[in-house]
Amino acid sequence: MANESLEAKMVAYNAKIEKSLVKNPERNNLAHNRLYTPLDTEELDYESDLGFPGEYPYTRGVQPTMYRSRFWTMRQYAGFSSAEESNKRYKYLLAQGQTGLSCAFDLPTQIGYDSDNAISDGEVGKVGVAIDSLADMEILFDGIDLGKVSTSMTINAPATVLLAMYIAVAEKQGVATENLKGTIQNDILKEYSARGTYIFPPKPSMRLITNIFEYCSKNVPQWNTISISGYHIREAGATAVQEIAFTIADGIAYVEAAIKAGLNVDDFAKRLSFFWDVHNNVLEEVCKLRASRRVWAKIMKERFGAQSPNSMMLRVHMQTAGSTLTAQQPENNIVRVALQTAAAVLGGTQSLHTNSKDEALALPTEDAVRVALRTQQIVAYESGLADVVDPLAGSYYIEALTNQIEQECWDYIEKIDDLGGAVAAIEKGYIQREIQESAYKWQMEVESKQRIIVGVNQFQIEEKPSEGLLRVDESVGEMQKAKLVQLRATRDNATLTAKLTALEEAARDEHKNLMPFILDAVNAYGTIGEICGVLRKVFGEYEAHISL
Amino acid sequence: MSATKGMVLTMEKRIRVLVAKPGLDGHDRGAKVIARALRDAGFEVIYTGLRQTPELITETALQEDVNVIGLSILSGSHNTIFPKVLALMKEKNMSDEVLLIGGGVIPDDDIPGLKAAGVAEIFGPGTPTASIVDFITANAK
Repeated sequence: MANESLEAKMVAYNAKIEKSLVKNPERNNLAHNRLYTPLDTEELDYESDLGFPGEYPYTRGVQPTMYRSRFWTMRQYAGFSSAEESNKRYKYLLAQGQTGLSCAFDLPTQIGYDSDNAISDGEVGKVGVAIDSLADMEILFDGIDLGKVSTSMTINAPATVLLAMYIAVAEKQGVATENLKGTIQNDILKEYSARGTYIFPPKPSMRLITNIFEYCSKNVPQWNTISISGYHIREAGATAVQEIAFTIADGIAYVEAAIKAGLNVDDFAKRLSFFWDVHNNVLEEVCKLRASRRVWAKIMKERFGAQSPNSMMLRVHMQTAGSTLTAQQPENNIVRVALQTAAAVLGGTQSLHTNSKDEALALPTEDAVRVALRTQQIVAYESGLADVVDPLAGSYYIEALTNQIEQECWDYIEKIDDLGGAVAAIEKGYIQREIQESAYKWQMEVESKQRIIVGVNQFQIEEKPSEGLLRVDESVGEMQKAKLVQLRATRDNATLTAKLTALEEAARDEHKNLMPFILDAVNAYGTIGEICGVLRKVFGEYEAHISL
Repeated sequence: MSATKGMVLTMEKRIRVLVAKPGLDGHDRGAKVIARALRDAGFEVIYTGLRQTPELITETALQEDVNVIGLSILSGSHNTIFPKVLALMKEKNMSDEVLLIGGGVIPDDDIPGLKAAGVAEIFGPGTPTASIVDFITANAK
């Protein structure tokens, strides 16, 4: 064996170190090996494991030239208060050089309740913009050409309704649906396991998702019909491996559901996209991205028999990790976000949201958002990190860790397959328990100082309460209620009732695609609560698995 | 469990805590971590799960005969939800027996108002679970 002498030298090196470790012990809690050498990458086959960027298995990236041609999409997630306020923020972000929109909706919208439902009290306009009907959506995109901008919408259980509203606004602007570009999150499985904005049980939810796949493949061909999300799984406490493993398992469930519904894999798979968190450990995050691309490519090719290269590419949006932001010494968060941005770019993301320094405390102010966007622009234009494709490839550590993460990901996928797939694993509470275990372990490491968080459990200072935070005007709830009263008085209620009845009948027939019926109800100015109310009546509601 | 600890438990009723997620907020990492830490500290813990109305929370608190209610709110609805829970606690004559505490993303400016209204303490991001255990031990009624 060629590396015999190297192996002998490695043994000698470790023996030498053992002695010095008595005097100078290494830090606790170090996750990876001390040193990586050619011995750790002996099995690596360049052509089959790495290949070229834009080629299977896409370890080195999904585009041949990556950022040398075009930077990633800089996309700040935004939305709060009313459609009027959020429209102003979107126009501000576009004026600052942001290249795509990303809409945050408030919780009542995300869970399919109108602003005047009692359960919405105190939540209207808080974590995102309040959208009750097409009338609000028209205001939200007023003066923004939907034929030119690409828009990501974080909407899951009622994704059909918000997509229908977006299509309706585009039609009113005279933009053909074939030209619409954007993404809906539309990922219900991670709502059950980590994020919590579910409405319906899994079966009808999976039907709504495949209805969107089918409708868009025919009518809105450039739309990313799902953003299969690890972000919230990671934020809920999962490790890097768990993040990609549980998310890819969800992805497998969606592909299986669509194939079962009669769709051809190459007709919808090219519009599947992913959403990863980007956490603090820079190089682990880079390897996570590289490993996830390789795993997904293999699954699509080998498990599902996809033929088109576009079906095998894991395209990803990323967001810096909200859970790493500290309320203590919030300026330090700018540095965390910069490092996370570097990781996302070194790993080859297609799109990125950078968090603002004040987000452990409130929604971000305009100034804080500008710094977050500037962080991306500095990495893009000044750092050189975006100038060479997959620049860390070939590092012993990077390749060994990429392999290790891939292997650990396969182990989880096998385990979830054994449980009957992602839906069954969630219904059994397995995924939730795994995430909770990791979250608890992390917290205990912080409390025992095995894990240091600067400013939180070490390097603390006396601080004054934070000032100048964004506050959502509490009157937005009353304003939305007044708008609803006016809407219900002025729209053609007879037409709407007919459209809602047609939707209800279609919902009872599982072979019907519900998108056209929802589009009709939206165009008749049915509210999100009314439309989801019809679906709640037919489908029932999900009952969560509670475990501690 | 050691013999002495077991003896203490038989002599003294364990503190019962209801950890609840009110409103529509789905962020339950903190609530679950804290529920488990409180349980590990020897309290009896009931966790409600998501989307609890103030009515449901106070009803469960009564039925479970808890000493403490802990609300976790990260969605900005704290100024609506805490007063509603406090009003129901008063209505059900629980105010003197049950301690109401909270945590989550709650701006510093809002904390004095919540405390004046009757919330015993608000624990912000980064609070060690041990401080919450200590607070409950010292203040549970």
